[in-house]
Amino acid sequence: MNSKIQFYIIIFFLALIGLGLTFYKSIFFGFPLLPGQHEEVWIVEAKITFTAKGGPVKASFLIPSAAPGYAIQSEDFASTNYGFNKTKDEYGYRANWHARDLQGIQTLYYRVQFFGSIRLDSTLLEEEPKLDPLPFFAEPYQIAVDTLIEQTRNNSADTATFTVELLKSLNSPSRSQNVNLLLREHNTIESKTELFLKLLTRAKIPARIVRGLFLKDGIRNKPLSELIQVYDGSQWVFFNPLTGNSGLPKDFFIWQKGGKSLFDLIGGEDSNVTFSITRDLRTSQELATYRANSRDAKFIDFSIYSLPIDKQNALTLLLLVPIGALVVVIMNNLVGIPTSGTFMPILIAMSFKQTELIPGLCMFCIIIGAGLQIRSYLSHLNLLFVPRISAVVIVVILLMSCMSVFSFKLGIQHGLGITFFPMIILAWTIERLSIIWEEQGHKEALTQGGGSLLVACIAFLVMDNSIIEHLTFTFPELILVNLATILLIGNYTGYRLSELRRFKAMIKD
Amino acid sequence: MIFANPAKLSKRGVLGMNMRNLDFVLAYNPRHLFPQVDNKLITKRLAEKAGIPVPKLYETIQFQHQIQLLPKLLENYEQFVVKPSKGSGGKGILVVLGKQSGHFIKTNGSMVSQKDLNRHVSNIVSGLYSLGGHIDTAMIEYYVNFSPIFKDISYQGVPDIRVLVFQGYPTMAMLRLPTRTSDGKANLHQGAVGVGIDIQRGTTLRGVYRNNPIENHPDTGKSFKDIPIPGWHDLLILASRCYEITGLGYMGIDIVLDSNHGPMILEMNARPGLAIQVANNSGLVPRLRKIEKMASKKLTIEQRVSFAEKNFSANFLK
Repeated sequence: MNSKIQFYIIIFFLALIGLGLTFYKSIFFGFPLLPGQHEEVWIVEAKITFTAKGGPVKASFLIPSAAPGYAIQSEDFASTNYGFNKTKDEYGYRANWHARDLQGIQTLYYRVQFFGSIRLDSTLLEEEPKLDPLPFFAEPYQIAVDTLIEQTRNNSADTATFTVELLKSLNSPSRSQNVNLLLREHNTIESKTELFLKLLTRAKIPARIVRGLFLKDGIRNKPLSELIQVYDGSQWVFFNPLTGNSGLPKDFFIWQKGGKSLFDLIGGEDSNVTFSITRDLRTSQELATYRANSRDAKFIDFSIYSLPIDKQNALTLLLLVPIGALVVVIMNNLVGIPTSGTFMPILIAMSFKQTELIPGLCMFCIIIGAGLQIRSYLSHLNLLFVPRISAVVIVVILLMSCMSVFSFKLGIQHGLGITFFPMIILAWTIERLSIIWEEQGHKEALTQGGGSLLVACIAFLVMDNSIIEHLTFTFPELILVNLATILLIGNYTGYRLSELRRFKAMIKD
Repeated sequence: MIFANPAKLSKRGVLGMNMRNLDFVLAYNPRHLFPQVDNKLITKRLAEKAGIPVPKLYETIQFQHQIQLLPKLLENYEQFVVKPSKGSGGKGILVVLGKQSGHFIKTNGSMVSQKDLNRHVSNIVSGLYSLGGHIDTAMIEYYVNFSPIFKDISYQGVPDIRVLVFQGYPTMAMLRLPTRTSDGKANLHQGAVGVGIDIQRGTTLRGVYRNNPIENHPDTGKSFKDIPIPGWHDLLILASRCYEITGLGYMGIDIVLDSNHGPMILEMNARPGLAIQVANNSGLVPRLRKIEKMASKKLTIEQRVSFAEKNFSANFLK
């Protein structure tokens, strides 16, 4: 009894590991459970224009590195006449273009392609920031600022509510005197944000500006949008300075964090940076693999995806064998279809995958039929066993070559597929069937041969199913679930479907 | 309905193939003991050593070169049977009923020359009749003069009695009768008729032909019912003794009735079929489970047989 429990525990864990890994890969890396799923990919193009003054030009552009919720798939830097390099500093990556002698209007392009990933906000883990030195305002602004801060502080409970209240008083249509005074100097959106940051710093709240894009298909030539990040004592919180909403908006792609400049230019003027956004669709499979690789997931490294493409294709076929085995087990132990040779149906089904079902079936029947005829003649010769089976192998090869040549001459391309049939298996099938034919009659031989063929067809249809093909390849760990199922059936002592028919007479009376 | 309700089958205690393999063949028949029953030569030697009656072995031919000695070896025997030791399904069995001017007379009256007989033996030795084609040994043995009591209900061939013995207990039995379709063979899946036998009384019950109940023999038209098997108790003892000599817990034992020598063991089978249940109109599982409960008692052969006779009547769990 103890070993029984152990057996079930093993089965349970096999299934658990298999299903667990599958769901892990599906949820955390987005490996799709169904074939043909697509996900959106965003392509953002930054267009930088400036006028070169004649002489050396050095342009440096901040490019996104780790945007929470997105993974960068590829980058392009298009610009003729420029030397280019990519550098990294404490704020992230910068694209640097340089040229020796240029004049007139210049255009630089930077294109980045990225897609949705799980939201891992690295800012949560950032250390507590140091507060910038307190800013001072000239009178009469200083009094207005202090009064505003004092009022807001009285109306709020903590940093978050303070920020919201401050934003409200800046944005509300019925502004107080103080706010009106302050906004008179800062009436563009850009400088309003600047003012807001200054006010927060004055209130001793660490804050910084975050620039990025609201992703929407078809946006052309737009500047970056701004968000404010406020440190509430334990973590950075996002605020939209225009609406006062907190939290990182769903479709916001962060380009720049903190105060470092977006674009630095030496040897030019009138620079302008605009962004265009395009949406595209990619297969989920492709993106999941990218995601897994970029996350440095070690077990993906050991998976099939790390192999060259042609090896991957060979493996797809190999990974389908367990599915075929499962079909054979079910057909044998649960349904009770007699087959000649346990795994012959799997190998036949694999050949059908190369030849297609109907041509494969025809070729199989022709070869086996002709083989049986010749084998029955060989049995009159009273040969020893090994020479006899070898003779059958040779006859099978002869038949296969004849069929290939004839069908080719007749213009039937499918005939060439015959070479995919494993000839040794065919020879064995012929040998077995002919022994059954002689010993137990043609009826039994037809039953077993037909049974094998039926199981092969079912195995083929299952193996050819695009969902199953996709699952076995994308989630090879499902083999463990398959194994657990087969082990479980190996312990099944109930009736086979065929026995319900066989023993029907037992309950008639 | 094409299919029987599995719950009803289970209630009748019908043994299925999966359970037979897992709970009985795998559990009670150690693999290394299989050759004892798969090789008829080993079976015969074991039986002879234990004093169990078997058709007497006259000669064995193991190598091709021994075949030239055949005429000399066969000189003294008027009737005999030639069979492969590892054959299955009655394949390769040649029965010689007499000799006439250097030729051998077969059961159907046709003549076989010495050359034909030599070739037949050569085929056996080269493995033509053994499944898997392994080289084999030809056995030449006593021709069983089978008792005429089943003459009316069999068509040619040798009728035999299959007793299912579980851990030494006779569990179920049936009479296997050749038909025209079975070509004189006594295997049910080749078309022979199986007739259940009441273990308690030793009389026949109903017949089964191709998985369906049948009252009369399909060729002779005679009824199967209530034919007493002579020497039933001794026959059960004989079957039960086979457990001790082979050590296999779950066995089918094929017994023939010789008119001169009484019951003889013809062969044993470590994977006996399930059709015996249909012939007896009774499931095997309750009987097997009942015996499993007895197994620890270590009864003698006589005690085991009387336990079976007492319990396994035709009305057991009806």
